[in-house]
Amino acid sequence: MEGFLNQLPIGLSIGAVLLLIALGLTFTFGQMGVINMAHGEFIMAGAYTAFLLQDWAGRSAVLVALPVAFVVAGLMGLLLERSVVRFFYGRPLDTLLLTWGVSLVLQQLARDLFGAPNVQVLSPEWLQGAVGPLPYNRLFIMVLAVGSVVAIWAYMNRSAQGRRMQAVMQNRQLAATSGINTGRVDQRTFFIGSGLAGIAGVGLTLIGPVGPTLGTYYIVDAFLVVVAGGLGQLRGAVIAAVALGLLNSYAEFWTNASLAKVIVFAVIIAFLQFRPQGLFVLRSRALT
Amino acid sequence: MSALLEVRDLSVVFDGFRAIDGVDFTVREGELRFLIGPNGAGKTTLIDIITGLTRPTTGTVSFDGQSLAGKREHERVRLGIGRTFQTSVVFEELTVLENLDLAASFRRPLLSLLARRNGVSETVQRALETTGLTELAARKAGVLSHGQRQWLEIGMLIAQGPRLLLLDEPVAGMSGDERSRTGELLTSIAKDHTVIVIEHDMEFLRRYASQVTVLHEGKVLMEGSVEEVRADPRVQEVYLGRAREEAAHDVVS
Amino acid sequence: MTAVLEKKPVQVAPKEPRRWKGAALFAAVAVVALVVMPLVLEPFRLGLLAKYLCYAIVALGIGLAWGQGGMLTLGQGVFFGLGGYAMGMYLKLNDAGGDLPDFMVWSGVEQLPALWAPFRNPVLALAMVVLVPLVVAALLGTLVFRQRVRGAYFAILTQALAAAMVILLVGQQGLTGGTNGLTNFFDFFGNDISAESTQRGLYLTVAIVLGVLYLAAWQLVRSRFGRLLLAVRDGEDRVRFLGYNPATVKTITFTISAVMAGIAGALFVPVVGIISPALLGVVPSLELVVAVAVGGRFALAGAVLGAVVMGYAKTYFSEELPDAWLYLQGALFILVMTLAPKGIVGVAGALRDRFRKEAAA
Repeated sequence: MEGFLNQLPIGLSIGAVLLLIALGLTFTFGQMGVINMAHGEFIMAGAYTAFLLQDWAGRSAVLVALPVAFVVAGLMGLLLERSVVRFFYGRPLDTLLLTWGVSLVLQQLARDLFGAPNVQVLSPEWLQGAVGPLPYNRLFIMVLAVGSVVAIWAYMNRSAQGRRMQAVMQNRQLAATSGINTGRVDQRTFFIGSGLAGIAGVGLTLIGPVGPTLGTYYIVDAFLVVVAGGLGQLRGAVIAAVALGLLNSYAEFWTNASLAKVIVFAVIIAFLQFRPQGLFVLRSRALT
Repeated sequence: MSALLEVRDLSVVFDGFRAIDGVDFTVREGELRFLIGPNGAGKTTLIDIITGLTRPTTGTVSFDGQSLAGKREHERVRLGIGRTFQTSVVFEELTVLENLDLAASFRRPLLSLLARRNGVSETVQRALETTGLTELAARKAGVLSHGQRQWLEIGMLIAQGPRLLLLDEPVAGMSGDERSRTGELLTSIAKDHTVIVIEHDMEFLRRYASQVTVLHEGKVLMEGSVEEVRADPRVQEVYLGRAREEAAHDVVS
Repeated sequence: MTAVLEKKPVQVAPKEPRRWKGAALFAAVAVVALVVMPLVLEPFRLGLLAKYLCYAIVALGIGLAWGQGGMLTLGQGVFFGLGGYAMGMYLKLNDAGGDLPDFMVWSGVEQLPALWAPFRNPVLALAMVVLVPLVVAALLGTLVFRQRVRGAYFAILTQALAAAMVILLVGQQGLTGGTNGLTNFFDFFGNDISAESTQRGLYLTVAIVLGVLYLAAWQLVRSRFGRLLLAVRDGEDRVRFLGYNPATVKTITFTISAVMAGIAGALFVPVVGIISPALLGVVPSLELVVAVAVGGRFALAGAVLGAVVMGYAKTYFSEELPDAWLYLQGALFILVMTLAPKGIVGVAGALRDRFRKEAAA
């Protein structure tokens, strides 16, 4: 029973990390049809931002790094969107390969800049400790995820920019003919989505070391969250991320780490038998 | 003649919106039926339900006495229900001939599809001739004009050899000349097939239609001959009333 | 007008010289591969070429599934691995001669796991090379395509499968050899596996298998089924209204591509002497897809060409400029995807057309 309870915060914090990563993916994917494999490297960039700030901010680096990493990763995303991705709208499978090329370059860049071995970011003293089975650092990640979801929700539903974003997501052509500058909306979405990856990266420094391939560990699972949650669906992403996080940790607990991923995969295939388009679906009449 | 298609008490609700609201609709073997109604009347939705693209909320559709519930799109085609789409979808990478051949081959066992096409089958040849696309047979469908695409689609439908043909606005976007050619094509097809056509254009209707069903706001407003329909005050209200509103709106803005 | 439509349609005629040219090109490549290469290349280089040709078999399957069928499969490594491990397990048991394979002894396994038992029999093991990928792909394809899960969703699922497979293989140390995989083979069906003659024979086998599979795939593409596959790629929903079930077409094609990958994996093991998780994860699977893109995904020949070219490029650059290779590889993808989405074959075609136009003018 104790093991079962201990597993809960682990599962929830994995879910929180997945959610932070998947939030950005689900919007770039849902709105622009871009499968951004370099998203994982934005996570890595966020983590290294915290690492670099450590020299200056010491053990509070994590806090300082949150806004900085958001901007750093966001700008990287914006650069990617402006330089190449924007030529690939409507060709999701091509963006996948393209951005994978970008991700290879970024990984090697990180290796050249920071070295191949992992580095460590020291977490603040006030995050040492736990409430019951829940360590503060994992709690912090959950708070981070909840905060991001609330912020995104407010942005999408309470701001004019966010409503334009929703309009573009539902019907790009109609949005464009209604006078929305869809290019501008795309840039903003890419910036915010990538920025969230940066925040996720900072969060990850609290529970593990930082290396050039940090992002690749999470990117596949994060994409599964997008598939299970439904494209561009905030509620879908939240539910799917938490469910996947818990499933991961309990599958590991009951069987072992090597079987867990296969079980998760099987569960997702089974789930798709009932909800082939994920939890929530945007309706349209178009025939593809 | 017996009923080939029977729609009973059909409703479909999209997120609270009743796109089809208690429709009864019968088409007899050999009939040429026109389906009209203003935008949003539920015409395409009705065809989508008959062909399996949309699932009804309540009600039944039966074809040749057999319920279609739970049948997937391709299974309905195999029963003999064929359709075209508002925006024609042909396979641009394939030639006109290959498009038609594909449409004609679905009854072949899967294994026999592993062989190459050898020559032109009689069905395909007839479809080429009927649609007047013979000279374009070797061209890729991607280079066809809008009208030619619509004819190719009708040709593919003929090549399928269906018992019931559902055409969704076959003359939309066509020039006057293309319209009359399509109209003649329609009447010739209707000689030995059961056909349902969605069409807006009253002029086209007057020339080619026999029986007309008018849909309005998801309900059947009335059924009858073209003359009856044109003379009916309710139909005039639906069409002309709307036209009047639009005219008024234009003046205001 | 009807004259055009007689049994032998006129429109096929202008294509015939090209078909003849294709056959001549195929024969020429076959002669180079089967006769010239074994004479010219030293054994080490011939071994490398054999390895690339194994990858080319996987690429051929990707070309079929992705280029022709529009199914971007990012998990071909899984099927490559299934075929490879099936072969590796047989070779290990054969070498052990009734005892336990060496790595099992090191991991403290005392009894041969039941999963290994069928692989004692060489015929059964070879059957598994085909059957295991076939069953896995058919099952996955049926479940996924039946529910109309497609495009990016399908790509992501196959990638997740590749990731899961690697973690599974690494974790089951005693069953699979873990990270090291299966290696240290000595005997290959009665021959010393590292002997020059065995390796040359293996090279020829790989080349012939590739040639045969290429012809089979080519026939498939030209057949009605091939036309149907293109139609499914370009308008899956429309195909339903032609009376076909796209899920069946896709499942069959995906399964064929998986079986090709399985065969390639089985050939790879004696050629290279190892099968391990690192050879079949997310990255190797993606690398092959990219190789297909570089060669030209819409032509089967492009897929094969891409695999060989990228194989050579990888070997050359990681020997000469190890640090720059990842930059180069990344930059190459970005350039190919941006400037030449039809790959080398597409560029060659465009050049040829321009040449002809200039010659005509």
